[in-house]
Amino acid sequence: MYDLSCSGLTKRFGPFTAVSDVSLDIPSGSFFSILGPSGCGKTTLMRMIAGFESPSEGDIKIKGESVVATPPNKRNVKMVFQHLALFPMMSVGENIAYGLRCRGEKRGAIGAKVAGILDRVGLPGTEDKRIDQLSGGQKQRIAIARCMVLEPDVLLLDEPLGALDLKLREHMKIELKLLQNQFETTFLYITHDQSEALVMSDQVAVMNAGRFEQIGSPKELYDAPVSGFVAGFVGDSNCLTGTIATVDGADARVRLDDGGELIGRVADRSGPGDAVEVFLRPEALSLGAGGATTLPGTVDSLLFNGANSRVLVKLATGQMLEVADPAQSGGGAVGDTVTVSFQPERARVFARRGA
Amino acid sequence: MMGRDAGRLSLILLFMPFALWIGLLIVLPQLGIGYVSLREKVGINQYEFGFKNYADFISEPIYRNTLLRTAWMSILVTALALIAGFPVAYYIAKIAKTRSRAALFLMCLIPLWVSDLVRAYGWIVLLRETGVISTALVSIGLISQPIEMLYTDMTVIIGLVYTVILFMIVPLVSTLQGMDDALLEAGYNLGGSRFTVFRRIIVPYAMPGIVAGSIITFMLTAGSYLTPVLLGGKNSSWFTEQIYNQFITRYNWEAGATFGVLLLLFTSLVVWLGLLLTGQSLATTVAKD
Amino acid sequence: MTSILRTLLAGTAVALMAGGAQAETLRLLTWGSYAPDELVQKFEEEYPDIDVEVTFSNNEEMIAKLRATGGTGFDLAQPSHDRIYAAQLEYNIYKPLDLSKIDVDKMTPNLVEGVKANTTIDGEVYSVPHQWGTSGIMANVKEAPDAKGWGDLCSETYKGRTSMRLRRTILLGMGFAMGKNPFELYADPEAYQAMLDEVTDKLIACKDIIKTYWTGGDDLSALMLSGEVVLSETWDSTAYKIYSENKDIVFIPPETGALAWIDTFTIPRGGQADDAAYKWINFVLRPENVTIMSASTGAIAAVPNGIQLLPDDKRAAVEAAFDQADLDNLKFFANIPPGLEDMEGIALERIKAASN
Repeated sequence: MYDLSCSGLTKRFGPFTAVSDVSLDIPSGSFFSILGPSGCGKTTLMRMIAGFESPSEGDIKIKGESVVATPPNKRNVKMVFQHLALFPMMSVGENIAYGLRCRGEKRGAIGAKVAGILDRVGLPGTEDKRIDQLSGGQKQRIAIARCMVLEPDVLLLDEPLGALDLKLREHMKIELKLLQNQFETTFLYITHDQSEALVMSDQVAVMNAGRFEQIGSPKELYDAPVSGFVAGFVGDSNCLTGTIATVDGADARVRLDDGGELIGRVADRSGPGDAVEVFLRPEALSLGAGGATTLPGTVDSLLFNGANSRVLVKLATGQMLEVADPAQSGGGAVGDTVTVSFQPERARVFARRGA
Repeated sequence: MMGRDAGRLSLILLFMPFALWIGLLIVLPQLGIGYVSLREKVGINQYEFGFKNYADFISEPIYRNTLLRTAWMSILVTALALIAGFPVAYYIAKIAKTRSRAALFLMCLIPLWVSDLVRAYGWIVLLRETGVISTALVSIGLISQPIEMLYTDMTVIIGLVYTVILFMIVPLVSTLQGMDDALLEAGYNLGGSRFTVFRRIIVPYAMPGIVAGSIITFMLTAGSYLTPVLLGGKNSSWFTEQIYNQFITRYNWEAGATFGVLLLLFTSLVVWLGLLLTGQSLATTVAKD
Repeated sequence: MTSILRTLLAGTAVALMAGGAQAETLRLLTWGSYAPDELVQKFEEEYPDIDVEVTFSNNEEMIAKLRATGGTGFDLAQPSHDRIYAAQLEYNIYKPLDLSKIDVDKMTPNLVEGVKANTTIDGEVYSVPHQWGTSGIMANVKEAPDAKGWGDLCSETYKGRTSMRLRRTILLGMGFAMGKNPFELYADPEAYQAMLDEVTDKLIACKDIIKTYWTGGDDLSALMLSGEVVLSETWDSTAYKIYSENKDIVFIPPETGALAWIDTFTIPRGGQADDAAYKWINFVLRPENVTIMSASTGAIAAVPNGIQLLPDDKRAAVEAAFDQADLDNLKFFANIPPGLEDMEGIALERIKAASN
């Protein structure tokens, strides 16, 4: 049994198709993310699940029951809004009690439930605070508590970390994951930030132009993207364009547009003569000889970022490549001549998008 | 040093118009009125100071009743303007497309382009016994005899609501425009019905606009003159009419000034009581940042 | 700096002097229709250096305006003859006339004497007559053929079809209709109050009968011409105007006598264009101008052949309304003693506030 499943879901606004034939099944208790650039239709998809938009085609089932005809206030799907949408004229306690009172619960029971949920999100005793007295992270937790106190079948989260500063965002990623574990509720998380999706999710759907490109675990998406879009969108990548000269088994010899050649693994059905893009993860590249392909260049700049440090290499053909430098060795000095090398299986070759 | 002096000078210059406006146009006339109201006329060109004018007001039930009646009808007009104005404001602020919003706003403004007098005559032409509505109803056979719709309290109230409703709509629109639609969606999402969302989210959110609009509307209504006098008929006394009568037809400036002070005090009292009863304060509503 | 200031001051002074020399302004405070455009233009053509500025008002507002400014702001006012004495005594808002500058000999002698008698203080005359007219009742003879006095306004016969103006005129008219003579009671405040109390009761009882109180001439015309009201208190001039549109609606001098008023020329104390004011007074009383004025106002000029100088339609209306007996029976408003209007004001407020 899936907590949430959609089949053939389509939403058209006039001639524009925002969501096109999307199907997904989210197992109970999992953290599921929809990752895509802005305007890809992920918000429309979420609004259909919440009931604010009705689908043009397709079906939405919650715990196996179709909810397409159910109004939003009767669906047991709760939502954390992008800007949280806490009610500014109510106290923290009233915000959380709102849903319980709508449901007609007894006053005494409401008080206990509100106190209980505040305890679980780590903000005990804050019932009487005003919303504007809370910090960004506290507001976040109240917004979640306000939904979780209603014990929803699915919790929808619409880029709730977008408004936070970087440090807090990193912290909240982990906290959200912990909260999800603690509540054992199905989370459907929408974001355009691939690191949020990768860190927190059990499963991620990558969405582009109203369609799902790929659904899989974060590792699958990272290591085995099925399209150039996914490869480019999930994780950091260097992207070189060229044309396949010859194919030998799984490997292809690609003649780069800017000159030079490399050997990469064909990840789709591209054949000789096809225009392609080659995606190279920074950590797949190393400085010095030793790979099947070697490309000469000079060190352009050193990007220090702790364990995430990079060396920016300018190839002889003018292309820039980011090379991972986990040992922070620096790879020499700026202007040094270096060789970038990699193994064919780490270079993924896809048909060029829009070509 | 120079910079600071210049800054202070520009602050003073900026503050001047406001200070002059408050001082010359509001405080000074009120002081003058207050002064005249404390003058007792004892003979031709002979005056003494005292509270006789106020005592006269209290001892004369006609004045008391008219003041109460004016206040009561003004409250009614305010309530009706709120009930009628809220959906209009909500439509303009939240439902209408951005482009048609300006046009709708303008349409609400149109009545203000003509004077009070013309507007009152407009109602008279419509509502009189031989007027447009009565004649039309007779000619389509809905009624057999022409009916008089003028000269009743109801007419006065309708006319006043029509005159002041814009002053209710404008502050409501500006408050409601600031409301994030996500608040409403959150309200539904958490299980609220339309009524719950309206009562617990929209109304509390709009409260600053409601309070501001109600105060303006109430004050304007209580202080209006032409509409109640022209539409009111033989039994409809309005307090401002009595102020006019005291000043103009009775040459009794002292009593007129007293009535003016009392109208100001009484309407302020009503506003204060209204805020108290609804649990609002000026600081959290009208003066909210 | 100083030179700029000096130039500015000089410029202003020149402008002021030039303004003063070029055109004198005559600021007229008068009744609606008492300064028809045709006449104002004609006057300005004859006296090119005088500009006429007109402010329309009524008796009460004229006094209130002049009282507020201490008699400044206007150069010529036209209050009714009974409203001058007390206002002058109490508020000192007018200045004495120089009768040598006015063609008094061209005016109706008894009206001049009447106004003089009413407005002489310490031997100084403050007003001369301009036009006179009456207040009475107006009836649609088809619907109310038997109306002949003030009392008919409160007759059950016309329930819901009568109107009146809730001002002092109706108090006086109703006083006469009840067999009193209010003007004789003016001198005795207690007796006058007793009469007012009776009139008040009568008019409160009358509220059931009347449709509404009218507030102005337009209002009254609409009520009569639409047929909503068949019998009303009126100014004769309004009745004449309506007569020209509907011959069934005529002015009726009440059997107790129509109440006659004389609108005067009176110069405010702060008037700054006395010569222009005298020119205007003499100008509008010239026979050819009287007709233009009367066509606009419907009132009769205070010149010996005033009725003959009315335009034809108005003269017909006057002749249809008045015979010699009616003219002999006119009741001219007597000077109002100070304080009386306050008593009347209370009575009027009682009537307005009473509901039944």
